[in-house]
Amino acid sequence: MAEAILRIFRGTREGGEPVEYRVPVATGMVVLDALHYVQKHQAPDLAVRWNCKAGKCGSCSAEVNGRPRLTCKTRMDTLPQDKPIIIYPMKAFPVIKDLVTDVSWNYKVNKKIPPFQPRKGVEWKMYQPDIDRVQEFRKCIECFLCQNVCHVLRDHEKKEEFGGPRFFVRVAALEMHPLDGLSRTSLLKNELGLGLCNITKCCTEVCPEAIRITDNAIIPLKERVVDEFYDPLLRLVRKIRNAGKPAPE
Amino acid sequence: MNEKYETHEHDVLIIGAGGAGLRAAIEALAQGASVGVICKSLLGKAHTVMAEGGIAAAMANVDQADNWQVHFRDTMRGGKFLNNWRMAQIHAQESSERVRELEQWGALFDRTEDGRILQRAFGGHTFKRLCHVGDRTGLEMIRTLQDRGVQMGFDVYMECTVTRLLKDGDRVAGAFGYWRENGRFVVFKAKSIVVATGGIGKAWPITSNSWEYTGDGMALAYDAGADLMDMEFVQFHPTGMVWPPGVQGILVTEAVRGEGGILRNRLGERFMEKYDAKRMELSTRDVVARAIYTEVREGRGTEHGGAFLDISHKPAEYVKRKLPSMYHQFLELADVDITKQPMEVGPTCHYVMGGVKVEADTAQSSLAGLFAAGEAAAGLHGANRLGGNSLSDLLVFGRRAGLAAAQHAKTTSAPTLDAREIEDAERELLTPFERKDGENPYNLHSDLQEVMQALVGIFRTEEDLQSALTKIEELKQRSKRLSITGSRMFNPGWHLCRDLKSMLTVSEAVTRSAIARRESRGAHSRIDYPNLDPAWGKQNNLISRQAEHMNLRQEPISTIPEDLQALLAEEKGTGA
Repeated sequence: MAEAILRIFRGTREGGEPVEYRVPVATGMVVLDALHYVQKHQAPDLAVRWNCKAGKCGSCSAEVNGRPRLTCKTRMDTLPQDKPIIIYPMKAFPVIKDLVTDVSWNYKVNKKIPPFQPRKGVEWKMYQPDIDRVQEFRKCIECFLCQNVCHVLRDHEKKEEFGGPRFFVRVAALEMHPLDGLSRTSLLKNELGLGLCNITKCCTEVCPEAIRITDNAIIPLKERVVDEFYDPLLRLVRKIRNAGKPAPE
Repeated sequence: MNEKYETHEHDVLIIGAGGAGLRAAIEALAQGASVGVICKSLLGKAHTVMAEGGIAAAMANVDQADNWQVHFRDTMRGGKFLNNWRMAQIHAQESSERVRELEQWGALFDRTEDGRILQRAFGGHTFKRLCHVGDRTGLEMIRTLQDRGVQMGFDVYMECTVTRLLKDGDRVAGAFGYWRENGRFVVFKAKSIVVATGGIGKAWPITSNSWEYTGDGMALAYDAGADLMDMEFVQFHPTGMVWPPGVQGILVTEAVRGEGGILRNRLGERFMEKYDAKRMELSTRDVVARAIYTEVREGRGTEHGGAFLDISHKPAEYVKRKLPSMYHQFLELADVDITKQPMEVGPTCHYVMGGVKVEADTAQSSLAGLFAAGEAAAGLHGANRLGGNSLSDLLVFGRRAGLAAAQHAKTTSAPTLDAREIEDAERELLTPFERKDGENPYNLHSDLQEVMQALVGIFRTEEDLQSALTKIEELKQRSKRLSITGSRMFNPGWHLCRDLKSMLTVSEAVTRSAIARRESRGAHSRIDYPNLDPAWGKQNNLISRQAEHMNLRQEPISTIPEDLQALLAEEKGTGA
């Protein structure tokens, strides 16, 4: 059986370093299997977050050979076998221990977003073509890989002013829900700092659910913000046109 | 007394943040209770997220003849009439309202042509009944409940494991646990506690369950003196992945069959004809799991010891739309394009019908102040659960547990915690650090899994089960010598030491109950007693703790009222 060398970050907030482990490679094995092998045979205290091991819960995010991935969906046979596989925790979040990071900031941002609020007296009918787009956003498994690669968060550490792609996706799902009656454009502009995103599409590239974050969520939201805040004439026209009618979408 | 420990106080404490726990929390909050929710993982990662196929509710959006009476009958028949009839009735009557509620909280189900919630066919359901979102229904449900609960304002204690329920005399008073992140201890004081911790699948190696499914809630309730019921009924889902080795056990949703998937053996035979010619692939899970197992055992299995499940006769775009995560799962993990090739599937440990014994209307356990809901509770599903009835169970009985827990808290005085109990709980957790060169928890876990897979699986015999019991006893002795290295900071090996205690308790409960039930019913198949025994159809196995000894007794099931009995009589004896 072939053998892989893993170089796994071991450490805490105070610091750490990569440690090498050798793992036999079985057919179809994923990186998370290799981490479990290390736990069982070499380092019982190796800290790894995981749950479903089926790409559905978004718990096992890490950086494998420098690329942010779900370790449960990263096949060993897709990685170069002739050199060590380097596994680090997500960089944009403070490390707790080994591959486990402190992602609590995301939960704080989430709390700022007003939930779904149906328009008054709404009839509970929706048509599939009207919700296809929203269902795409609702596929999000909150792996936070998009947050991890977003340079506004990763390089510029603007966690105070910026919500990040995950939460633009969540707001987009609410804003484009056919029966929702709230507007969250002011939140997007002021508290979530949507303007800081300069649409480099890094988030879209790493999304394991293939959500077209930039094209389908962020850009339409940016347009809404522009319409609302920077085009007073259009805003007025809309207001008149929509008086007494359901909100757009 | 408690200055030594971080302490939190709530009216209602909920252990587990899957569908049942979150729905309970929402209801308790609506009642004005102060609510704390504890979960072993991050919020939103609970096992509910993996539920794929849908929520069963007789909304009659697709098949207009459907109603709660038919849903009730299907559930009882699927459970081989061992179900708590009152739970089955409440469940069938209330699930539609619970689904509509989810929609009003923002969930987006797939739609019918005329704009209503679309429903799909599933095994054992007479009509198209499962409200769904492609094959990621559980994610939709947990996200909706999570957002609702956060907005209503519950306190969430994430990555926190409860290791003991604390008592004040004969009632629950709180819980003791540790933070996974730093290993520090924490005490919760509560008037009511809801156990919503899910199942026990991690006691088997081939399972669709996540690491959290170690039977904690059942073991905690048992330790505190509550009764467990029906523990012999463990559901092996017929279709888990079998290849490659690393993905063995990962769930392949029943929706594949609901959408028209066909099962064949190595010889190309559509073998379900032999096992249930009427319902074929959409027979109940117990029947389909045994069928696949039997085909493999008799030499007609696939190369990797499974059966072929084929949906490739459907248009590729349809498959990708209705089963998107299955499509990606097979493509990425097994190099199989399910729009062109069959999948290889085999049984995987999926669900336990048994659990904490509860009152049907209130989810109250046999211990004052302790409630249980969802997979952690017993009764609704009897001897075998129908697909789709789990998510509806979470909503219906999660809500009822939250309601009853909040009401109980209103009429109860604040409990007093016992310092000795807390110190004892702390000592228990710390011992693995004090031993040198003891048992490795990972090895002990593998050994337990091996025993359960080989001896307490789909087909059982007295000899195997007795041998399992002996081995579990040996494992329990070995578990007293567990040792662990490293610090208390996020140390999975240390966490496993405690999880093993729960797994050993539930494994013993399953095995003892399975030995006692000398018949085959639903998911419990005894080779040495292959038939239904009417006498056993009238009683449940109950497990309770007497000092350090596990006590087993039988209790008669309550008599079903005549009007409901009449519903069951229709078509009785066909199919199931």
